[in-house]
Amino acid sequence: MTLDYAFILSTLPAFFKAVGVTLQVGLIAIATSLLVALLNATILVFRTPYLQKLVGFYVELARNTPLLIQLFFVYFALPAVGIQVSGFTAAIITMTFLGGAYLTEVLRAGVDAVPQAQLESGRSIGLSHGQLLRYVILPQAGILSLPSLFANFIFLLKETTVVSAVAVPEILYTTKSYIALYYKTYEMLAVLTLICVLLFLPLSLLLSRLERRLQHGQFGS
Amino acid sequence: MASSGLELLWVSLPQLAKGAGQTLSISFLSIAISTIGGVFYGVLRTLNVTWLNAILRIYLELFRAIPVLVWLYLLFFGLPIFFGLSLPSFWCAVLVLSLWGASEVGEVARGALHSLPRGQREAGLSIGLNAAQLYGYVLLPQALKRMTPPTINVYTRIIKTSSLAVLIGVVDVIKVGQQIIERTYESVLIYGALFLFFFFICYPLSAASRVLERRWTQA
Repeated sequence: MTLDYAFILSTLPAFFKAVGVTLQVGLIAIATSLLVALLNATILVFRTPYLQKLVGFYVELARNTPLLIQLFFVYFALPAVGIQVSGFTAAIITMTFLGGAYLTEVLRAGVDAVPQAQLESGRSIGLSHGQLLRYVILPQAGILSLPSLFANFIFLLKETTVVSAVAVPEILYTTKSYIALYYKTYEMLAVLTLICVLLFLPLSLLLSRLERRLQHGQFGS
Repeated sequence: MASSGLELLWVSLPQLAKGAGQTLSISFLSIAISTIGGVFYGVLRTLNVTWLNAILRIYLELFRAIPVLVWLYLLFFGLPIFFGLSLPSFWCAVLVLSLWGASEVGEVARGALHSLPRGQREAGLSIGLNAAQLYGYVLLPQALKRMTPPTINVYTRIIKTSSLAVLIGVVDVIKVGQQIIERTYESVLIYGALFLFFFFICYPLSAASRVLERRWTQA
């Protein structure tokens, strides 16, 4: 069996577009998830009554259910109660729901790792809540949670393949469409594998390095 | 509405249970194979054999870089072409989830073995234990305890990820749910039920992992 290179070449523009969609969905979802997580982490750090419980409930619900069910719920069930969204919007909503919960956990763990004395001394010199967050907690918690944050960003980027299930034209959906149209299974699977390796492998290797580097930093101090 | 909804769930229960059986079978088989494979992986990685480490690193990075859903399609479409082997979608899902799960459990096992004090290995070797005895009596019993909480978390991820099997045509709990929706249009009710189904399986596991983690790090 030999590859039909001419066919592969003819599909490349579509796959370039598909990689664009993957990155678009991934990056938007990462940004919105981070916003949700920052808000949640603030609520948790300052132990805001009631809201704290709500955040806890949200995190558990989102982390203990599959992305696919969340996606199908938004895409297929919400229209029944009058909320109709496109596949792309459903993808962003769902991935923000999931990513927000994961990143909240990451930030919370980072904040927990900041020594309590730091908070107390900040308060004792009269810093406001905002100042405490801005100058004391976030800089330290941010560094501590950097590897986990990065790991979750990669996780979210890879999870975008799941949204192919609601016809978002990212890499997997594009592969499936070409297989269905032209039966060039062999070629399309090769292209898909290559894209994944080129797109995700460098990120994953970078993460391993980052983890080792920060571990090293801890041993050194 | 509410009572008719409950009635629908009650009537559909045998059908849903059959789908849930498929979902849980895939999860359970994958969890079992992942655990055994992962411990093997951890042991092999800590033997410090250069060429073996290289192979296992490649295996690990491939399963980290390529998303599980892509693996599912690769094997589902690829196995018949490359090996003339047509695997039913159920076993295709078990195979992919097991290979992926083993890489995840394997990294946990490697980390746990690596975290044991070096003196344990040296003491074992100095009293003349061979590799099998060293791992069987000294290193693994300690490492298995350390790896339990994070491994339970991998289990919840395997259960959640088993939901993707519906996309390669397994008639699992989601597919059954979709069939009921096609008949009754009760999408909110059915997807809500599916939400709860996964939540009530995964939440106790996550909670157990957290409790064990806390208890054992304090002790």
